[in-house]
Amino acid sequence: MTALWTLYKRETGQYFGTPAAYVAAIVFLLISGYFFATPLFIVNQASIQSYIDTAPLLMTFFIPALTMRLFAEEFKTGTAEVLLSMPLRDWQIITAKLLAALTVAGAAIALTLIYPLTVGMFGTLDWRAAVCAYAGLMLTALMLCSAGLFASVISRSQIIGFIVGFLLVFGFYVVGKISSFVPPWFASFTDFMGLDLHLDNLARGVIDSRDLMYFLSVSGFFIFLTQAALWNERLD
Amino acid sequence: MIQAENLVRNYGSFTAVNSVSFTVAEGEIVGFLGPNGAGKSTTLKMLAGYLAPTSGKVRIGGQDMETEPRLCKTLTGYLPENNPLYEDMETADYLLWCGKMRGLEGAPLENAVAAAVADCGLQSAIGKSIGQLSKGYRQRTGIAAAMLHNPKILLLDEPTSGLDPNQAAEVRRLILSLRGKKTILFSTHLLNEANAVADRLLIISKGVIAANATAAALIAEEDGLARLTLSLEKGPKAEEAKTLFSAIEGVSECIVHDGAELHVTLRHDAARDIRKDVFSAAVKSGWTVLELSRETPSLEEVFRRLTA
Repeated sequence: MTALWTLYKRETGQYFGTPAAYVAAIVFLLISGYFFATPLFIVNQASIQSYIDTAPLLMTFFIPALTMRLFAEEFKTGTAEVLLSMPLRDWQIITAKLLAALTVAGAAIALTLIYPLTVGMFGTLDWRAAVCAYAGLMLTALMLCSAGLFASVISRSQIIGFIVGFLLVFGFYVVGKISSFVPPWFASFTDFMGLDLHLDNLARGVIDSRDLMYFLSVSGFFIFLTQAALWNERLD
Repeated sequence: MIQAENLVRNYGSFTAVNSVSFTVAEGEIVGFLGPNGAGKSTTLKMLAGYLAPTSGKVRIGGQDMETEPRLCKTLTGYLPENNPLYEDMETADYLLWCGKMRGLEGAPLENAVAAAVADCGLQSAIGKSIGQLSKGYRQRTGIAAAMLHNPKILLLDEPTSGLDPNQAAEVRRLILSLRGKKTILFSTHLLNEANAVADRLLIISKGVIAANATAAALIAEEDGLARLTLSLEKGPKAEEAKTLFSAIEGVSECIVHDGAELHVTLRHDAARDIRKDVFSAAVKSGWTVLELSRETPSLEEVFRRLTA
């Protein structure tokens, strides 16, 4: 556990020690702030709905930017050899890196808590729905971080890590938007695979185990793939 | 302490290491030699637990790397080839981090870092980020990180590569100072270095162990054929000299270099002294012998023959 914690602290410290994470977080906050403030001031609508609606799309850019370096950089510079010859299990390395990315994503999401607080001050806020929506955003962050981590472990450069990560997570975003373009029998499948349906349910304050299972199983799937890719790295 | 049993490692269809077996006993310093691409680094990566062998077994301190990787890695300190380091970290922070990753904490950790800094002469690197360090200090940092948790075994992949002669000598002194205290397997291109530091040499060529013996034993083995070199004054043709000397009893090979003088190298049965025969044959042909000397084979020749 000490090793996992030590690695987590180094990974998190690296995010906060370099400008890249700040730039990504600031861009995320600026754009999400724009989408929150526009209906508030123009339509006089006190709601966080437009922020919750746009947050997944913003996260498809923001999160791969966070996760792209996690493994790709280690393989590029060769430090993977130092790390993987330490007496740690692979899952400890994966967990530490995943939690570090999730911490930064979580910090950025936590900064947007100002939106529901603002709404609460000037209008009426459905607190249950807001809490569920933020839980949904964190689950989305977990899922996208897991996919981004997998993209990073199969890439040898940060840029490739970003592009692969973006394509993966954007796939999950866009597949939830295409139900009107596919045959009806297929639409329920694309809806279920997409992010929207599950996040919308949570944002309405509906806690459905299927939505939780969706986020957790997709995250678990990518963590498993990351572990397999890391093992393959030793065999390859 | 270190056991490699029939290690095989394929990269796609290319076999980098082919059925390599050897052991390194406790307290032994073994030099791992071979040309570039012979499989040295791949073998060390498998011993360090970074790469999994395609087949075969690695045992560290009697433990199987496949079933007990963490235990094996705890016993081992590893300096990878090209010494990858986290450039953004400060030297002392990096060493502290390596110690913590290996389970050290509190006073033992601080003592271990202080000892590694002193042993590796890193005092003036403290306070600088690793990215700012010179090649020599980077190498010392890598070695300090490998030694930090006081492992019984050190696997050093080209610890002196890229260092100037003074720095290389310091690293050699450091390795020698660990004689008897640690089991060390280090790879190198430099035969003199291997000969000066190692108790035994392991020579690998094209993924196969070509020799496993002390330098003296390797040279003695090579001694089945002795060498005689002579220089003749310019005059006779190379072909004439070759015909004449090849005919002498016991000569198995005759190489002639035509230059300002005629240089002849003869390889012959070590049991026969052919100096008189060679001299009189040259004199009879009316050639002037400028120089005649016997040579014992060098480690370099042994290496070249084994890895050709």
